[in-house]
Amino acid sequence: MTLSEKKQLQLTACKIRMGIIESTYHAKCGHPGGSLSAADLFTYLYFREMNIDPTNPKAPDRDRFVLSKGHTAPGLYAALAYRGFFPVEDLKTLRRIDSYLQGHPNMNMVPGVDMSTGSLGQGVSTAAGMALAARHQGKSCRIYTLLGDGEIQEGQCWEAFMFAAHYKLDNLCVIIDNNGLQIDGNIADVMSPYPITDKLEAFGFHVEAIDGHDFDAIEKAMNIARETKGKPTAIVMKTTKGKGVSYMENKAGWHGKAPNEAEYQQAMSELTAHYAELEVQ
Amino acid sequence: MADIIKTATRDAYGKALAELGQEKEDLIVFDADLAGATKTVTFQKAFPQRHFDCGIAEANMIDVAAGASTMGLVPFASSFAMFAAGRAYEQVRNSIGYPHLNVKIGATHGGISVGEDGASHQCCEDFALMRTIPGMVVICPADAEEARQAVRAAYAYEGPVYLRFGRLAVPEFHEKDFPFRIGKGEVLREGTDVAIIANGLLVYEAVVAAQRLAEAGISAMVINMATIKPLDEELVLSAARKCGKVITCEEHSVIGGLGEAVCGLLSEKLPTPVRRIGVNDVFGHSGPAVELLKAFGLSADHIVEVAREMCE
Repeated sequence: MTLSEKKQLQLTACKIRMGIIESTYHAKCGHPGGSLSAADLFTYLYFREMNIDPTNPKAPDRDRFVLSKGHTAPGLYAALAYRGFFPVEDLKTLRRIDSYLQGHPNMNMVPGVDMSTGSLGQGVSTAAGMALAARHQGKSCRIYTLLGDGEIQEGQCWEAFMFAAHYKLDNLCVIIDNNGLQIDGNIADVMSPYPITDKLEAFGFHVEAIDGHDFDAIEKAMNIARETKGKPTAIVMKTTKGKGVSYMENKAGWHGKAPNEAEYQQAMSELTAHYAELEVQ
Repeated sequence: MADIIKTATRDAYGKALAELGQEKEDLIVFDADLAGATKTVTFQKAFPQRHFDCGIAEANMIDVAAGASTMGLVPFASSFAMFAAGRAYEQVRNSIGYPHLNVKIGATHGGISVGEDGASHQCCEDFALMRTIPGMVVICPADAEEARQAVRAAYAYEGPVYLRFGRLAVPEFHEKDFPFRIGKGEVLREGTDVAIIANGLLVYEAVVAAQRLAEAGISAMVINMATIKPLDEELVLSAARKCGKVITCEEHSVIGGLGEAVCGLLSEKLPTPVRRIGVNDVFGHSGPAVELLKAFGLSADHIVEVAREMCE
């Protein structure tokens, strides 16, 4: 990608981070930490990688994305809103009783959401089902799914990984957001899923381990995933939970807590400053 | 009754899938290492490219089916009732029920007529589990022809359907192509003293019981309530109004199944004395299916006894 394309993605990712802060601040709850760690990935998928059309969100041959770590809906919603699936202004209605933006993604309410998720471990199986179906139907579309690194403590994920490799679902790209933290603390302390890459390789995946905040690295991994035939690809991306908001970075406490007024102001001013910095680069 | 043909509804299920598969290209089948027992093997033999074994991983299978349905295919996902409705309950609830996806769950080996395998495999809770999921249709056919038609009706219906089939061969009594409709009960015998509302293998037992009750001067109405949800409320109310007494019969716990559905309706709209015949909040046991059914009171004999008590 060119430098200007990369800059555009970085600017978009910054706006998506603002959307995450905006929505969780107004909701007074929600999950900013893991939304921010995956913001660059959401940006890459919806602004460069996926074949999607905001004017026709149900197009039969579109690529699909399943947010298996459904609690990071604020990140997905911000990406969808900025991509044009629904008004950005609506992000402020997150989790309200009169809003279509449910706490966890609902495919029947939110344009652009391909699967209802929220209960960890299930999204990846549904994505595998989509990939199997797409191949059966002769569709060339690709299926992407994002899991948390804590989420893979759910045994069902490994059932799904076994299934995906067994059926050689090379149209499936599994992404793991390895931000290292879950509700109760460090994933290595709570219930270590490590070594993640070795396990996925042993389960029959082609694995790419990358920096999840580096668009060049994301692009390279996505291209390799697309070219890898006969097996599914997993991209294990090292990320920083809370990325982009100084006081949230690497703090498990920001998994499921909204910023208060002062914290909101600080986060927005940091992101605004970062946006301005990027613009003049 | 010497020439009664007996067939397990699971056998009819496998055949119905294979028959429907000829007509419907978008029908696919998932199984979890039980194709020989659930009888999806019949479909597998006819359409190997449309049958996918998921291994012993029911939670994944249910969600794979959910994902496949979003692509426009019509999946039937099969396992034993214990695992399809029990183990994978939350997958059914969150990934099929909540998004209201077009997935059909073909659960076999429901109830205690599983027999020798014993309580671990005798699911008597599946109606209860599936009924509580908003928008879920729950069907338990009584014989082979009804099972065949239920499969076709489930395919034609847009939305999630739970179908429960049995392991034990049971008498066939429906005419081919009789009119089956989801949500509509079937009056098999008119009566005025007591209404027996049954499903699954207890429908035939209810018919036999009614014949014997007639000999004893008791006029029993028999209703086959294959669809537990949505319940045919109109029919239940009219039967209760006409007979004033109701007996429900199911190869399921008395908690949460057909009996409670009927009681819930009647207590709100037309309070009527009801006796529930089912598994009385106990686990099953190993043994030959026919002996177990007798021992657990899931028989014509027991229905007769309960009806006589009510009509005394």
